Amino acid sequence: MRDVSIIGVGITKFGELWDKSLRELGLETGLAAINDAGITSNDIDALYIGNMAAGSTLQQEHVSALIADYCGLANQNIPATRVEAASASGGLAIRQAYMAIAGGFIDVAVVGGAEKMTDVSDSESSYTVSMGSDEQWEAKAGATFTSLHAIIAQNHMLEYGTTREQLSSVAAKNHYHASLNPMAQFPFALDPATVSKSGMVSTPLRMLDCAPNSDGAAAVVLCASDKAKKFTDKPIKIIGSGQASDTLSLHHRKYLHRLPAINIAAKKAFEDSNKKPEDLDLIEVHDNFTISEIIALEEIGIFKHGEAAKKSLEGETKLGGIIPVNTSGGLKARGHAPGATGIAQIIELVKQLRGEAGERQVKNAKLALAENHGGTAATAVVHILEAE
Amino acid sequence: MSVPRFWRELDTRYNLIGSYCKITDTYHYPRRSFNPEAGRESIGSMEDYQFKGTGTVVTPTVVHQAQTGYEMFGPYCMAIIELDEGPRITSQIVDCRPDTVKSGMRVKSVFRKLGEDSESGILHYGTKFILFGNDIDDELDEDSIDDVEL
Repeated sequence: MRDVSIIGVGITKFGELWDKSLRELGLETGLAAINDAGITSNDIDALYIGNMAAGSTLQQEHVSALIADYCGLANQNIPATRVEAASASGGLAIRQAYMAIAGGFIDVAVVGGAEKMTDVSDSESSYTVSMGSDEQWEAKAGATFTSLHAIIAQNHMLEYGTTREQLSSVAAKNHYHASLNPMAQFPFALDPATVSKSGMVSTPLRMLDCAPNSDGAAAVVLCASDKAKKFTDKPIKIIGSGQASDTLSLHHRKYLHRLPAINIAAKKAFEDSNKKPEDLDLIEVHDNFTISEIIALEEIGIFKHGEAAKKSLEGETKLGGIIPVNTSGGLKARGHAPGATGIAQIIELVKQLRGEAGERQVKNAKLALAENHGGTAATAVVHILEAE
Repeated sequence: MSVPRFWRELDTRYNLIGSYCKITDTYHYPRRSFNPEAGRESIGSMEDYQFKGTGTVVTPTVVHQAQTGYEMFGPYCMAIIELDEGPRITSQIVDCRPDTVKSGMRVKSVFRKLGEDSESGILHYGTKFILFGNDIDDELDEDSIDDVEL
């Protein structure tokens, strides 16, 4: 296996981008990433696209060819592949490119994620998100995506005594981080009491426990490490990659207070890299709901099961704490554009490891982890990155 | 939903028909022709089984922002329910104030409309659950529904 490095990144602001199409978003971030990498289209061996829902929200499938075409890569006949695993589509697209380069099949790949969630009504975009759970036996039966996480949250509360105040501290912390990130969808601080008083969505989860459904795009350039120095003097190496799946329906799981696929994917990434959770300087996790961040931190092994919520309230996951989590603002406040989210996480880590994160820079950041999952973590993807 | 997609699941939806695995002596819902725990051995050993329709609430939640097609119900109770034969199912619990449903309560299945494709499209029927045999006031109180807030 060859080592693989990230040599370029590009990202849009996430939000309600009504004046931009999927193809325009793809082009904008793709160009930004290849400019950042200092490569030309002649250097690109393959394109991977993370996208969850173009078929539902835009009536457009085959978005790999679409993005390749509008990025000017079709006339060079560059292979383009779409990767779909609900909200894990972006992270999984990176893993596909990583494996292709590590395996020696290609040297340079552009991985883009793009999603348009606000061209349709709130009701339609919410149902689209539900399709990441079991459409037939959960969504169609009346279970919203939030209600499934509400059930997970209740079980976590019952098992470990997790409180409303602790959940609110997660959203408030992510908003604080977003206030330092000019590319965040919601770049403003939020008082935990405001989270606790926001409208009920599905007991016990409230409106400000939930990440938005955003438009947005993000792209990275991956390159075989032995060739990376040709293009950049600060490549960031992917030293671990893990993926795991679980039952699609939450009700078929043994435990309702855990998301074990995250644990299995993280273990694989730690084994690959020969690192331990305590070695990490910062983490991006998939906080589609506040409870998801808490459980992800426990599954990754940052905190013992039942400890993450307490540590969040104590400020240990905030910038300046023992392990800063979601310095980008996370899904909650940077925004959540499903196919782009897993790539946006990686971009935040690259910026931190390069020392380019501005006001939210984690001092001496050398080692970082990203956790991205789809549905109720029926797919989980974990990557570990290291500054070279 | 397309007609064939709904039609082929009519019996499992309408009559709560799932599968019994002769290899592991376990029950499954919805119907499976393959038991993931028994593996290849289970192929040909899965029999149709009609569940009794009785079970226990594992975890309920009151949904305030309704699923598409369920707007008329809001707020309503969704729950993971454990059927007495073992398997779990996600379903709406109806005919009661949604905030009265608690873990451990007994429920039984009822045949109800799930939704419709449009005013002239096909109607979807299926299984929902009601509270029964619990030592509480199960009666639906229409006037109090608006007050639900936990």
